[in-house]
This record gives sequence, structure tokens and C-alpha cells, in this order.
Amino acid sequence: MNRLFDLTALELAGAIARGEVRRDDAIHAAFAVCTAQNPQLNSFISLTSAAQPDVVNSPLSGVPMAVKDNICMARSRTTCASRMLEHFIPPYTATAVERLLSAGAFCVGKTNLDEFAIGSTSETSYFGPVKNPWNLAYSPGGSSGGSAVAVASGQVWYALGSDTGGSIRHPAACCGVTGMKPTYGTVSRYGLVSYASSFDQIGPIARDAADCAAILDLIRGHDDRDSTSRPGPYAPLSGQLTGDLRGIRIGIPDVYFDQRVDEPTRQAISDCADVLRQRGATVALCHAAGLEHAVHAYYVLACTQASSNLARYDGVRFGCRGCEGSNVQEQFVHSRSLGFGREVKRRILLGTHLLSGDNYETYYKKALSVLHQAEDTFRSLWQEFDLLLTPVMPGPPPKLGQESNNPVALYQEDRYVACANLAGLPALSMPCGIRQEGLPIGAQLLAPPMGDGTVLNAAFAFQQDTHWHRRRPPIFGLGGGTT
Amino acid sequence: MNWDIVIGLETHVELATRSKIFCGCSTTFGAPPNSLCCPVCLGLPGSLPVLNEAAVELALKAALALNCTVTPISRFDRKNYFYPDLPKAYQISQLYAPLARDGYVELPGGKRVGIHEMHLEEDAGKLHHREDRTAIDYNRCGIPLIEIVTAPDFSNGDEAAAYLEQLRSILQYLGVSDCRMEQGSLRCDVNLSVRPAGSDELGTRTELKNLGSLRAVRLACQYEAQRQIAILESGGQVRCQTCRWDEDTRRTVPMRDKEQVGDYRYFPDPDLPPLVIGDQQLDRLRREQPELAHEKRRRYARDWQLGDYDCATLTTHPALAAFFEQVVALGAPPKQAANWIMGQVLRRLSADDLGVEEIPMPARALADLIALVSNGTINRNTAVEVFDAVFTGGDPAEYVRTHHLEQTGDVEQVTAIVEDVLAQNPQSVTDWLAGKEKAVGFLMGQAMRALGGKAPPALVNEIVRQLLERKKSS
Repeated sequence: MNRLFDLTALELAGAIARGEVRRDDAIHAAFAVCTAQNPQLNSFISLTSAAQPDVVNSPLSGVPMAVKDNICMARSRTTCASRMLEHFIPPYTATAVERLLSAGAFCVGKTNLDEFAIGSTSETSYFGPVKNPWNLAYSPGGSSGGSAVAVASGQVWYALGSDTGGSIRHPAACCGVTGMKPTYGTVSRYGLVSYASSFDQIGPIARDAADCAAILDLIRGHDDRDSTSRPGPYAPLSGQLTGDLRGIRIGIPDVYFDQRVDEPTRQAISDCADVLRQRGATVALCHAAGLEHAVHAYYVLACTQASSNLARYDGVRFGCRGCEGSNVQEQFVHSRSLGFGREVKRRILLGTHLLSGDNYETYYKKALSVLHQAEDTFRSLWQEFDLLLTPVMPGPPPKLGQESNNPVALYQEDRYVACANLAGLPALSMPCGIRQEGLPIGAQLLAPPMGDGTVLNAAFAFQQDTHWHRRRPPIFGLGGGTT
Repeated sequence: MNWDIVIGLETHVELATRSKIFCGCSTTFGAPPNSLCCPVCLGLPGSLPVLNEAAVELALKAALALNCTVTPISRFDRKNYFYPDLPKAYQISQLYAPLARDGYVELPGGKRVGIHEMHLEEDAGKLHHREDRTAIDYNRCGIPLIEIVTAPDFSNGDEAAAYLEQLRSILQYLGVSDCRMEQGSLRCDVNLSVRPAGSDELGTRTELKNLGSLRAVRLACQYEAQRQIAILESGGQVRCQTCRWDEDTRRTVPMRDKEQVGDYRYFPDPDLPPLVIGDQQLDRLRREQPELAHEKRRRYARDWQLGDYDCATLTTHPALAAFFEQVVALGAPPKQAANWIMGQVLRRLSADDLGVEEIPMPARALADLIALVSNGTINRNTAVEVFDAVFTGGDPAEYVRTHHLEQTGDVEQVTAIVEDVLAQNPQSVTDWLAGKEKAVGFLMGQAMRALGGKAPPALVNEIVRQLLERKKSS
């Protein structure tokens, strides 16, 4: 195996900067692994061919990375893993990608995902399901499954994902990599194809917390093109990685540490708490009333927004156009019936129903009050704790093919992660164990809004003392040649 | 049976911003189709709206002038429906917390019309139906609009038209909109129902669209009221529907039944934060509010003793009023300035097919011309000739000098010419001596013609009479 793949993104950038590794060699190695592994893992929808400018003097310069295919890149296909946008080439680049490219990042390609980022298994893609590199019979989680797999299997050193209800953290946990959803409004959504605008946030998936911090430092910042963007300036996150957790108070909310969580996961989270304690933090179980229905409120609000955000795909100006009907309404129906997959249709129908007639009052307003209740709960938790520690999911990743059987049960599994989106919190998922069947376990850290540095520092501290983030699936780096 | 007619208006007004409400595209009217579009106004995936502060500012100016209460924190909502001219399949509008509420407009007769609410929204594109297909122009997509909804306070089409005229005047004076109905920058929908006279309950209403002029509003209201009354009197029921005014047949034609239209599934737009309006901004806008037409009319009458007609004519458009005030400020007596503007200036504008905002003559030139008449340099007839010559450019005094148009006040010269005229018209002199007063007029005219119009008529008149009197006594 090529030793390049053992490096983190920061280490590789350092090696390139010092002239120990040639940028082109890293890029070629990445393409070689992608080409070798993609037929099996299906993590990429498209690979880029265009030359990209080399920029020096940037902490991640020259490092090959990947971008989830619901984030726009000019002159490059952005499909959202949907037949609807199979041939869509946006005329502009997302702010987050623009910032990485201008810092010398090299984008290898666009990664596979659940159609329009709606789902948590990466199976609903029009381009076929993504496979978990630890065990090909399992889902890599979702919706940023392609991005997580690309990092976990050594195809790239890091990737951008998007997280609306856990879509970065869930696949990161399933694939044994570190993923972070930053505070809502800190990374511009301009160029991210909207699913649920109130919750959507772009974030990094990488080898470790230090890489995540470096990537976030590049992509965070106010953007005039996104009205929900937070005013800056922001303090750099990399500088906050001291590894010192003395005085940090960590709570484990009981609602997310109940009997639904299986034994291997409980054990891994408890072990994780011990490591954090050894670094100086206090960790205690805490009561978090008011979060029980957060996931339901999340689904109501996310579906309503999705039904409106996905209404623009009517086949008139771009995208999939069905056969022409006798009138324009029929053409809309044909185009949308043909262009969207089952799960997307399900969410659009749900959302449309939730906004129809009096349902706005009955469901939407009620969901909003649950959201406010959750925000209150978090506010009171932040009086006592600096961080919360939870599992990312209660058990192993879903097996491929289970998705269509019981969607509501699958929605329920988002309860551990969706609360962060509901309240706009920074949240990180890091590997904290391996199950007997050889699949990774993830721990989640949450902080109050703008507490991204606290989250990253705790993960950094944890990764100083543990090796879970250095565990690689057997397939790792295969196809990249040996040196 | 007697019937009461109940009318309410929903008016869409395009704001006079340079760029669109949620992107930087130009709002120019009449550009080639789809030349003023970008990813945002085309609703491309991943694009996001950013509110144009200039649009908010103009909308607030309107809200204050319409005596509305401005909502301290208003919100944008999505109005969801599929239509090819609506790229995102939703219109960003304001339903739950509109920008302003509860205002009124006072009509010239003194009647107050309630403004129910006023909100900001984006315009949709335009469909051009051809024989076998439909073309779409998205240039209009994202042009900022305010929608102004009145209370159902009008009882006939004349009142509705008077309100629109008043609204147009206010918005033009504020610079909020050019309000050109023919270009669609002011569009009005009418909601009309009838009920037995004295009843408190509202009847079933119809909505009238495609009203391209004030005249159309008057006629459509008249027609629709009569149509509904005829239905009810023959025992029928009015259908709740949307009708189009057909200008050619002068009828209202049903477009669709309201019941068929699904609900718009409004919900707060998550891409836009709440719109917070501070007292400071409102105070500043109140201070900066220009004098409106009715305020000017009052001032012209009070300070300058102009009559109602003059006041009304001069204030029909802010550009005309501004021109008038400049001419007065440069020293012209207000009544004379008013007469010149309402007479000659409007005549020339109409002859040259120019709008009142396109007066080519500087106010200074008209003021100078009026001064040339007042100080006797030229007489009125000459002044009209000079006006026409310098209307599109030129200095009146210079023109008078180079064309030798100064009047002569030389008594000897005038006397000599009048003596010639009397000598050449012995019959008129005889007639006058026989008591025919009219003969003076004829002789005056002859004398003025001989003088080339350059002598003050009063002087000529005096000398004609002097010489005639002398003949009487001789």
C-alpha cells in the first residue's frame, strides 16, 4: 500500500509543501484508488478531469479531496444522485468549494449520496447504492455515504458532505471516519442544493478532528450570497486544539442513552467517556426532557421545506423533462414522476400534505413549538455542560436492502443526530470502537452554537489517546500502488 | 330592488429599484427576452435569495405615505404553486407578517379608503402565447413589487379609479414607482360583489383581472356590477370566479372558478431571516418624505392664490410641479408661470409627443421669457413665437436680440405710423367720427401690423385714440 494514504490531510499538505511528496503524485494516487475501488464501492458519481490551479502557502494545498454531488461546481455535473439532474451542469461554484479550490485543494470528483441528500443509507441514489468499505453487505450510512466512503477507503484525504439531519455524522460513524456539522450559518449554503434550508449545512468528513478543523477554517465565514450566513469574523478553530479538557463539563443525555442503544455501542460510549475524563473533563449522565419529540418535529419541518425546495424541478428550464402532455400541468406531472425516486416522492408528498389546508396550523406550528422546546432544553443543558456526548446511532449500520421495508423505523434512527440540526448546534461524529462484526461505532459530541472549537478540541484530545480513527478497512488504499 | 356595490382593490406596483428584489439583475423594461436573468432569479439549484435593501426602503416610503403601521419584524413566506413563469415554483411573498397594515388614502372628495395591508413580493416571468407553443421571458422574474390591498370601501368604479389616481400620484411623488399601467408597472385587480341595499352581509364576489387603464377599471366595475345584479334579480347565484376584462367586447369573461385553485401552502421562507425595521429608519424616512400632490395643491392655493383647476393640473405629475416651482423660484409670478405651463408647455409636450418628465426647456428659459414680457421687452404674441423657438433649446433674450423682436416704445415712431394708417383708411376714420366705436379695433389692428407687433398694444391704442380725437376737434 502506498504510504501516502496513511497520512492525514494536514500531514500530506506538509509533505507536499516541504517537497517530500509531489502534488501530482498524490493526485495520481487518488485517481488510481478511485478508479480501482469505485466499481465496488460506488462512492463517486463523477470524476473530474479538469486541471485545477496549484496554490501554495495554504494549510491543505495540493491535497486531493471530493465533494458531495449536491454541492455545485461550475462546469462539472451536479446530479444530486437524481435522474432529475442527471445532466445538470451548474454555471457557478458553491462558496465552500470556491474557498477550498482557491486554497489549492484538488477536487477528484463528486460523491454519491441519497437522492437529493434525502435518506440515511445512500441507497436511494439514481446511480445505485454506495457500499460500506468495512463490509460490502452493509450501507455506509447517509446521506453523505459517498463522501464518507471515499475518505474511509483511502480514495481521498477528505471530502465535503452536507448535513440536514445527520447526513455527515451518520455515514462518518458507519465508516469509521471523523465528520462534523458546524454551527448553522457558519458555512455558506450558497451552491448547496437545498433539501431543508433551515437545517442544511456543509461540513467536512476527514481522517481526524485536526483535519476537520483545518478544513472548516478554510470554508467557514460570512457570505453575502447566503442570507442565513452568520456575521463574522470567526476565530480560527485549529488554534483551539490544545487537547486540554480540564474544567470541561460533559453530559450524556439520558434520552439518547436509553435501552434502544445496544450493548457494543453503550460500551464504546462509556469507554469514550473514560478517555475524556482522563484528559481532565467531567462526564455525567443528565436528564434532557423535551428532546423526545425532536426527531418528529425535525421530520415535519424538513419534509415541508423539501416539498417546496424540490418544487422547482419541473422540467421547464433544466433537468429531466417527461413526455409532453396535452397541457403544461401534465408535463410537470410526467417530468416529476419520471425524475424523482421513491423516497424523494414520499417526502415531497408528506411535506405537501403537511402544508395543505389547515395542516399548517396542526402540524407545522406544532413542530415549531417542539423545536422551541428543544432549544429551551438545550439552553438549560448548557448551563450545566459545555458538551454533550451521545451515540450517533443505536446499533450497527443498516444492511443494504433494508431501506424500503420500514421507512418510519429508519426515520426514528435519526433521533440521535437530528436534534443538532433542529437547534443549529455544532456536532461531530468520531470513531470510538469496532463492533464484533467488524463495523465501526461512532460517538457524537454536541456544543452550544459557535462552540465548534470546544467540540473539535474534545475530539482532538480523544484522538490523542485512542487509535480508532487510525483503523482502516481491509480495502483501504487498494489500487493505489505501492511505494 | 336597490343594490349596493362593494368593491375592494388589490394593486401590484413595481418598485423603481435598479436591481431585482433578491439578486443583482437589472430591472430595465423592454430588454431582449431572458437577457436580465441569473441563477438566483432563474431559481437554479443551490442559488439563494438576498434581499435588496433599496426595495425595502421604497416599500417603507409607500407604507408611511399610505398612513400604514409598519410591522417591526416582518417575514417572507413562500406561496407555492406550479406555473411555467414561476421558476422556483413558489413566489417569495409576505402573508403571515406583512410589511405594513392598517393605513388609509384620502380621496380628493374627502372620502377615506382603508388600506388593509401592504407587502413585498417578487414578480413572476411573462408568458408569450404563440399559435402552437408558449415562450417564456424571465426578465420580469424577481422585479420587486408591493401589493396594496384595500378594504372593500368603494361603492362604484369611479371611486376605484379615483383611488388609483391618488395612489399613482402618491407613489410617483415618492419616487417609489413610475406607475405606468400600460407597461404593467401598476396592475390592479378588482374584487366586486353586490348586496341588497342596506344589508351587512357581503355577496359572493368575483375577481376581475387584466385591467389595463383607469377607464377599464371604471367600465369593468360598471359592467360586472350590472351583470351580478341581473343574475341575482333573475333568481340566479353569482359564482365565485376570476374574470378577465375583455377590452374589445367590453365584457368580463370567466377565467377559472376560484374553487378549483388549490391552496398555496404558505410557510415561512427558511432562506430569508426576519425583516427587522428600526424606528430610526422610519423616523428618517418620515423626515425625508417629499411634499405630496395634495399638500402642494393646498400650498399653491394658500400662498399663490391659484385656483383649483390650476392647482390640480400643475400637480398631476411631480415633474410638472417641480418645473413649475423652479420657474416661480426664478422670479416668475406664480399665476403667469402657471398659465405658461398649462398653456404653452403642455401644448408643446403634446405636439412633440413628450412626457411631462421630458420637458426639454430649462426652467430658467421660461422664467426669462416671462420676465421679457413683464418688463415690456416683448409682447405676448412675440413671446409665444420665442417660446416655440427656444422650447427645445436656446436663450430667449438672445433669440429676441438676434431676431430684432424687441417692442418699440418710441412715441414719435408709433405716431408717425398711426398717422399713415389713418391716412390710408379714411373710411374707418369717417365711421368712427359717425360714432362707430368698432372702427378703433380695425385701425388698431392695422397699426399693430404696420408696427410688426413690436409696440406695446396699450401705447398704440392710446395714440390711435389721441389722433382720432384730434380729427374730431379739427
